[in-house]
Amino acid sequence: MAKTTATPNRLLGWLPEESRLTLLYFCLIIVIIVGGWEGLKWLGQETNYSLNLGPVQIGLSKTRDLTMPHIRDIIGALGEPAQRNGPPLIQQLTEAALFTFREAFLGFTIGTTLGLLLAIIFAHSRLLQRGLLPYVVASQTIPILALAPMVIIWSDKLGARAMGVPIIAAYLAFFPVVIYALRGLSDVPDTALELMQSYAASRWTILWKLRMQNAVPYIFTALKITAPASVVGAVIGELPSGIQDGLGGQIINFSQYYVSGPPRLWATNLITALLGIGFFVAVAVAERFVVRWKYADTIFNRIFVDPVINLFVGIPPLFTSRSTDKKKK
Amino acid sequence: MTTVISIENLDKIFESRDGNTVHALKDINLEVEQGEFVSLIGPSGCGKSTLLRLIADLIEPTSGHLMINGLSPRQARLHRQYGFIFQNATLYEWRTVIKNVQLPLEVMNYSRRERDERARQMLELVELSDFANHYPWQLSGGMQQRVSIARALAFEPNLLLMDEPFGALDEMTRERLNNELLAIWRTISSMTVVFVTHNISEAVYLSSRVVVMSPRPGQIVDIVDIDLPRPRTPETMDSDHYFHLISQVRHLLREAH
Ligand SMILES: Nc1ncnc2c1ncn2[C@@H]1O[C@H](COP(=O)(O)OP(=O)(O)OP(=O)(O)O)[C@@H](O)[C@H]1O
Ligand SMILES: [Mg+2]
Repeated sequence: MAKTTATPNRLLGWLPEESRLTLLYFCLIIVIIVGGWEGLKWLGQETNYSLNLGPVQIGLSKTRDLTMPHIRDIIGALGEPAQRNGPPLIQQLTEAALFTFREAFLGFTIGTTLGLLLAIIFAHSRLLQRGLLPYVVASQTIPILALAPMVIIWSDKLGARAMGVPIIAAYLAFFPVVIYALRGLSDVPDTALELMQSYAASRWTILWKLRMQNAVPYIFTALKITAPASVVGAVIGELPSGIQDGLGGQIINFSQYYVSGPPRLWATNLITALLGIGFFVAVAVAERFVVRWKYADTIFNRIFVDPVINLFVGIPPLFTSRSTDKKKK
Repeated sequence: MTTVISIENLDKIFESRDGNTVHALKDINLEVEQGEFVSLIGPSGCGKSTLLRLIADLIEPTSGHLMINGLSPRQARLHRQYGFIFQNATLYEWRTVIKNVQLPLEVMNYSRRERDERARQMLELVELSDFANHYPWQLSGGMQQRVSIARALAFEPNLLLMDEPFGALDEMTRERLNNELLAIWRTISSMTVVFVTHNISEAVYLSSRVVVMSPRPGQIVDIVDIDLPRPRTPETMDSDHYFHLISQVRHLLREAH
């Protein structure tokens, strides 16, 4: 690669070109969203919330501050205390986010473990797979909102009150793991399996040295779905349980006082989204370390560069990163 | 001389669930002695792979007798008496080259020291020491196949079953690997090789005997003794006798059609 000392990209020069582009697109989209939002509000204000285009009349009342607060007000709300003499909203929400993350992470862990166990069982017994998989699928058709209150009451009755919310998060988390892990455990090339048979390998050895290894990339795909989903699960679980310490409690709270301060609910949603995104990125970084063989790149790339692409593009740039690695050598 | 493989009246009929049956092999009789290099040659679909997989106990015969080192194929497999080499190298992509070579040693519970030592030796043998820590996708097809040979040799089986190992390679690479294979076979005395190919000159160049098979149902048409002097070198390919043997095999194949 040519030296790029004199280019305007000096600030981001350490990033591979591909990541720089991703970053550029990402910023561009933020600008478009913010610009569109504020532009719409401006249009509403200028036209007195009703746009007359000859015969067509477009109502713009939704752009009032009550339904669409200014972005700067949403960000600004984070710096102000939500209650008199209280801490700034950002601090309050960070504490709530940490609380919710603990629940979500516990649920994520339980769900992943359960999902893996089920997948391993299903991979080894066609009969159990046929018998049980329909119920696994059915479990996901029940709206979590309908289930949450029951789970909370049951766990309360069983004296495990703190487990209620994680269980709800796990309920959302285990399903993708079952489906993807099962795929990964069974999608083993015939010859790879015959190789093991030619070594007279035990079922156990085949599971650990072949099937599980083969399933790892599939499992990470599932975990990337599961990580944000478990945050959603935890937030939803908090609603009927009356837990006040998490983001769910904050959402309830600020929606009750919405009229007096819409930006606070918006700010809470923003923090919730950031929590889900942060969890996703953590999984993406972990993937780069565990599925090392696919990339054969530096530790720096694994932590900083490719998770950026992972996050914004959504899928691991398997082939592109390979070819750039080769070029570097 | 000891017999390594003995096959009597072997038949294999595949029955699929939709009722189709394929008579893949019919009345196969073959004896392979220790230290022999035997090639199976025949048109596509004549059952070469099937025969090899029967020997390896990856599938079961419909009828007939099959013995490996005096054991049933199942017992021979459980005693890890053969190494199998597939047409595609079948390396595990999440393992580095050296870890791939160590795979059978791990499965067979060799000590860590022995695993390291043997894998290094084997990589030296196939001249891939410099690539020990590369991943399979970083190697060419020929290099991958050499890794799979190193892997098969790592636990020192006395029988090597090779199913068109060089079928997907270009002529030059194939020739090089043929010579490497012969060199390895020479160093490990008493090693028996059964080699599937549909390349006539390759079969003649490598083998002590060439087993010529007919199309479905696969039968042995004839067995050609290859009495070319050893060690075989690229000069062997210039000899008249070599050409004579090649055309002999070719005629047999044509008659069988
Ligand atoms: N598992 C199977 N089920 C059903 N039929 C099979 C199976 N394996 C092989 N056959 C059939 O048996 C016949 C012999 O197949 P085989 O793979 O042994 O041929 P081959 O000589 O190795 O051919 P090639 O040179 O193309 O590899 C073919 O007609 C094939 O369709
Ligand atoms: Mg074949």
